[in-house]
Amino acid sequence: MSTLTNLATRLASGEIRVVDLTHTLDPDFPVIILPPEFGQCARFRMEEISAYDHRGPAWKWHNISMSEHTGTHFDAPAHWISGRDLPRAAVDEIDPADFIGPVCVIDCSQGAAEDEDFELTVPLIEGWEAAHGRIPAGAWVLMRTDWSKRRGAGYLNMREDGPHSPGPTPEAIRFLIDQRDIRGFGVETVGTDAGQGSHYTPPYPAHYYLHGAGRYGLQCLSDLDQLPPTGAVLIAAPLKIKNGTGSPLRVLALVEET
Amino acid sequence: MTHPLSPPPKKDPQKRSVSPTRPPEVRSRAALHLSAAAAEGRFALQRCADCGKVQYPPRDACSACLSTDLPWQDMAPGGTLIAETTVRTSPRLYFRERMPWRAGTVQLDAGPTVLAHIHGDVARHARVRVTARLDQAGQGVLVALPETDTPNMEDDPLMRALSADPKHRRVLITDARSAQAPALARALQKAGAAIIFAGEPESWRPYPQRAELEALGVQILPMDVTDTASVQKLAGEIGGKTDILINTARFLRPGGVLDRGDTGFARDELEVNYLGLMRLAQAFGPAMCARASDGVNAAAAWVNLLSVGALSNARPFGAYSASQAGAYSLSQSLRAEFRPSGLRVMNVFFGPTEEDDWYQPLPPPRVTAAALARSVVDGLQRGLEDVWCGDIAQDLRDRFRRDPKVLEREMTLGGEGA
Repeated sequence: MSTLTNLATRLASGEIRVVDLTHTLDPDFPVIILPPEFGQCARFRMEEISAYDHRGPAWKWHNISMSEHTGTHFDAPAHWISGRDLPRAAVDEIDPADFIGPVCVIDCSQGAAEDEDFELTVPLIEGWEAAHGRIPAGAWVLMRTDWSKRRGAGYLNMREDGPHSPGPTPEAIRFLIDQRDIRGFGVETVGTDAGQGSHYTPPYPAHYYLHGAGRYGLQCLSDLDQLPPTGAVLIAAPLKIKNGTGSPLRVLALVEET
Repeated sequence: MTHPLSPPPKKDPQKRSVSPTRPPEVRSRAALHLSAAAAEGRFALQRCADCGKVQYPPRDACSACLSTDLPWQDMAPGGTLIAETTVRTSPRLYFRERMPWRAGTVQLDAGPTVLAHIHGDVARHARVRVTARLDQAGQGVLVALPETDTPNMEDDPLMRALSADPKHRRVLITDARSAQAPALARALQKAGAAIIFAGEPESWRPYPQRAELEALGVQILPMDVTDTASVQKLAGEIGGKTDILINTARFLRPGGVLDRGDTGFARDELEVNYLGLMRLAQAFGPAMCARASDGVNAAAAWVNLLSVGALSNARPFGAYSASQAGAYSLSQSLRAEFRPSGLRVMNVFFGPTEEDDWYQPLPPPRVTAAALARSVVDGLQRGLEDVWCGDIAQDLRDRFRRDPKVLEREMTLGGEGA
């Protein structure tokens, strides 16, 4: 049996489970908030065109609108100023092979529960590797914080000094790119950077370094607690938007039942 | 004195709601000037420019000298009730449902004898104050009030019909995040509103005045005027007990066409200021229209808060002004569409506001939220259609009426250059 036939068979039998890591596109799902003089990320919106009525007797459909960066979404290198001159930096230009790959999940949920500004650091990554093995080149690395279980105001966790949510330190991101050659970095929070990420040097280090190195970001992922630390395969294919800097996603993981 | 109005009992769910009926609407074109003045709370009649005679009823030629130069002027309200009757039967459904109805003639100090509705506290042959009010057909009628205020006089059934008084009514403030929401809630509460609802967009984003609204007892419910489903949902829940709707949702940013360079904020302005109004009206309008004669707490008014830039574009808020002009025009369509029910549309125009951060670089005067709230409540109590809050709004209104082109030229000065 070929590998793909084997995969299909085991998917059908349930030996390989499909885990949905995607939030529902809901008009009330939070988006990133920037200072009001800046342009803002559009919320997801849906307008009914017809619903089996005088506007279209036999069919129902909606017009939808949103930002490239609304809901569970993909960040392409072109999203950040550090990646703007890279080749194949927009979602329509990225090699589609990059959209499917192995995934390492670093569980920071306990730390994030205790400290909303919890940082993923190099020693933490090395500690994870000591337990689960070295992060392979080309892997997605996901920071599990269980933040996707938060609802309402607790998700952005916005205060007068800005949002408070966990994220990687500049050194950790550099380590993952320079020492481990990762494909990209994904989080359960609204951005790959910590809520207070603008106060690092450089500001928003995950965006700055990842996209400057041609790597990708996955944001607003959900249910990372359903994934094993290693061994799963992540499928995250953005819409093919011309010159798009990102895209809403349906993120799926294939998990082998043990 | 008028018997104070009690809070209405809960509706009998086995009874059919009363369909709205209206007094007669037809007027001569000349008489519409009386309605136009009443729409902003003024009592005006024609005074002949040639012989000085004050005219009543409105006409096209002077009843004394046949001059056609009959400018409208505000009149002194004083007069004496000289005759009256109580109508006990009428072929008009509107009056049949409201019998008995007191009407009479008043000798105005200004000259003519006028027909007027008579307040219950006016004694026979008494001195009266004549005011012009809009009735449920949206037309100006004259009302003889007691010369000095009497206790609870606003509770007279006549006055309830000629106003949209918040007393005992349930009011929806559409955007709890609006800088004006807490002051509005306070003023409405003081005016006797029974319940104040406030729509809250994006509850995932904190804002300091939420606690203030909660402390006032405002019922905060989710609604975002840019999200059709959320508007429909709230209308489904409370549309049948929304007696007054005050649309406080507003998206405001500085900038015109060239200095922005994109359509991002303009889209938000249209989504909130124009389409938001449309979504609200499509969701809440039908039920409010259906309840326009539903007893003491009948649906009474739809209130739009509009920048006076709606009249003539006001830089540096050029694109925002355009969205306000759109909303203003839409409000006129709403007026026409609500007319058959008697539901009023009140537009409150104002200039730069104190509480909205975006006006911070502008010099005073600015309209405070408290002043705006007073204007809203006063306008509702007097049943107005157009309210001009603050010096800037009133000044621009006057200049617009004198000559819109001259105002436009003043508002679009290029500045001294080479």
